[in-house]
Amino acid sequence: MSAISSYARALAVDGGRAFPIATRRHVHIAGEPLVLIPLTMAGEANAPLAAMVGTRRDDPALLIVPQPRNRDLRFAFADELAAVVLRYVEDRTRQGIETYGKNQDPRYLDAPQLLVPNPGGVGFVRLFGRSTRFRRTTGEYAVSPDVPLLGRWLSFLAERAEHPGSSALLPMTSALNLHWATGQSSLEDTNLAATLGWITSGPDAAREAEDPTVWPPAGPSTDPTFDNEILAPALRQWDEGRHERARALLDRDLRTQLEPTWRLMWQAIDLLRALPAGDSVDARWTEDRNEFTSYYMYVNSGGYPQPRRDQAVAAARRLQRLEREQTAFDATLALDDPLVMANYRVTGEAFAGTVVESEPDRKVPGDKGRRVLRPLLVVRSDDPLRLTVGTDVVSPGRRKQVAKILEIDGDRVTLQIEKGMTVAPTPAVGEEITYTSVFPEGMQSPKLPTAEDTPWTHGGPPQPYVASDDDAREVWE
Amino acid sequence: MEPATQARLSQLRGNAPAKRHNARTVAALTGNPGCARRAVLDAAGIDKNALAAQVGFPAKFGQSQFAITRGNSFEAQVKANGYAQLVRMLRETLGLDIEEVGSKDLETVGGNESQELRHIRARQALQAAVEGREPLTFLDHPLLRLDVGGNNVYLEPDLVAFHHDGVLHVVEIKSFAIIDDQADGSKVAAAARQSAVYVLALRRLLGDDRVSHDVVLVCPKDFSNQPTAVKIDVRKQLIILDHQLTRLARIESLVELLPPGVSLDLATHTREELLTTLATMEARYEPSCLNSCEMAYLCRHEAAGCTSALGATVREELGGVETVARALELAAGRAVPSVEENDAAAMLRNTARIYGSVAPA
Ligand code: SF4
Repeated sequence: MSAISSYARALAVDGGRAFPIATRRHVHIAGEPLVLIPLTMAGEANAPLAAMVGTRRDDPALLIVPQPRNRDLRFAFADELAAVVLRYVEDRTRQGIETYGKNQDPRYLDAPQLLVPNPGGVGFVRLFGRSTRFRRTTGEYAVSPDVPLLGRWLSFLAERAEHPGSSALLPMTSALNLHWATGQSSLEDTNLAATLGWITSGPDAAREAEDPTVWPPAGPSTDPTFDNEILAPALRQWDEGRHERARALLDRDLRTQLEPTWRLMWQAIDLLRALPAGDSVDARWTEDRNEFTSYYMYVNSGGYPQPRRDQAVAAARRLQRLEREQTAFDATLALDDPLVMANYRVTGEAFAGTVVESEPDRKVPGDKGRRVLRPLLVVRSDDPLRLTVGTDVVSPGRRKQVAKILEIDGDRVTLQIEKGMTVAPTPAVGEEITYTSVFPEGMQSPKLPTAEDTPWTHGGPPQPYVASDDDAREVWE
Repeated sequence: MEPATQARLSQLRGNAPAKRHNARTVAALTGNPGCARRAVLDAAGIDKNALAAQVGFPAKFGQSQFAITRGNSFEAQVKANGYAQLVRMLRETLGLDIEEVGSKDLETVGGNESQELRHIRARQALQAAVEGREPLTFLDHPLLRLDVGGNNVYLEPDLVAFHHDGVLHVVEIKSFAIIDDQADGSKVAAAARQSAVYVLALRRLLGDDRVSHDVVLVCPKDFSNQPTAVKIDVRKQLIILDHQLTRLARIESLVELLPPGVSLDLATHTREELLTTLATMEARYEPSCLNSCEMAYLCRHEAAGCTSALGATVREELGGVETVARALELAAGRAVPSVEENDAAAMLRNTARIYGSVAPA
């Protein structure tokens, strides 16, 4: 949250509709995303009850578990979900491959994107991945070979979801809240129907969204009244041996719980697609494609499932990487979008104004006595100026051209261009320009991990985690 | 408590039986200590769930029968065979040598025993155990009492007190899973807060050194039904709880503010009358009320247009101005700020100007 987003929330309350806090789209929306709405059984540890899943809005698949307490039925569900997810993953690799970098590394042109309604949906993916990736395909408690593979892909996606800027697994509420401020609290924003209500209609729609009989919860938890009055009798049918009847009932009732959210998901996808993509979205998606390609090849070369927990060193490095990604993400968002930059203008880490003086040919004595080109400009700004003399700044349109603040006098900032004079002309008098100290290059240079520190997504720590018999058995105890 | 206060509170409740507290409600009470409405309603033992429904803003704290069934069966499993599994886990988790196991279930059997009597029975058993007069390892369902805002409330006894060598440990059995040694942070935090309520109540009964600040949380392990136990240090929660219980305005002063003769008896009052009475009790709505208080939808309705209804951070970022309308007036320069509002107004004007310069029309 920020002063800008809080102000936009106030405007939303007053105006009776959500207000934009971004002018560009900052997430990638795939041409063919896989939408997944999972439901779980109350009281159990991530026991699936149903899921609506698919890549086409007019053709969702409904998967159900007719008795979630029965573990064989859960794994039958896992098998069905695996068929959908694994086919989707395979299809990504069919879109072609390119090579990049000096090593000519391969990279698929597409990557999987899983869209879930809310952060709870991400939690489901993570835990379901965890509960399936160690399963054995032979011997006692054998499952279909697809099940552990599903587990690894879900685990992969859930891990990616923790990386700022990744669009591999997105909770829809978070994606929307990155672009719009509603007139409700952030706690209430986790209700997909309510957030969309604010964006497309107004507060009445958001209130209606809280009525589970109008808008069933978007999962993974179900409405307790639904559990007690509808689900319980249907499950009883199953327990009493009337399997066909139970399936028919569950199919009908769970469909009514899931369909409204299914429609909302696609409505949200339309809204996000209508926004023009930010300049860096593609680069971040390329990172998702890189990660996907490495993991796909790792899996196909017979690699191990992800460990239960990272080893200490790996965990520390991972944390460091996440922090770095967060800083880079925040900065590129601002550079891509003047409305995000507005946050930094309020806090004084950026300022916008008009160029009032410009000396593109100015030369000053350099280190070796030679005179070097150091263009000078003066910007007049109404923004609060809190940057200090000596700070390096860049402008969104001139990210490679670094300027240094020489002087601040009232509303006038004098800057000297230090680097990248040739990548763009010196801003001319009359030009509107924004400068900020927040830029990705300005932060600690990202160090690539060494071979033995390769993140587990790339092939695991030095001593790979090997699933034990215990891992394979635990779910049947 | 003053008899006069007691009388006012029971008048407020009317003929309905007093609602019992549990560790969750006490823990939640300390979550919004500034709310007078909730303090009075809770002290009077009013059924907030029924009240909220009656005034047209029902709470949404429904419980799925699946969750209840699972909770009960897990608890029964942990306690089965004379607490066999529990003993093993406590041995490992607390590193104790437990030999003999004696236990006492302090749940009422007949059901017509008064709370006072039950509490006395629990106190006697607990004292006998820690003083070594009776060989008791487990004391199940002891009915505890705690002073909340000057009012003694009984706590729904959802705990097992484990006794070893003169010291008690609170054991909380919860049915959420601990997966790869990690559990849902908000659920663990809630369990820790609730356990702290029990620890505090036990300490007030038996003395601080008789009750450990280490509580034992028992949960299903990974995706199985096997229980696992972890030790949680609730010292921090105890400090917060103790501090906030002390700070909770003495209920007398809040009760004195009520107009004479008011009652919230659902059987004898109309919706409008109930709302009028509630309006005399000052609420302090914040979004987290939605997760913790039955009155939340009414209070949110009343708080519409207040910046705090959007969350404490938003309120702060709007310069601490109380209403959205005022914040926007100041931001647009349509209102003259008071002296206290000066800084906020400058900040808001600046934010509005910058937002306006880049937001799409
Ligand atoms: S919901 Fe209302 S009564 Fe309950 S704590 Fe919040 S403000 Fe107080």
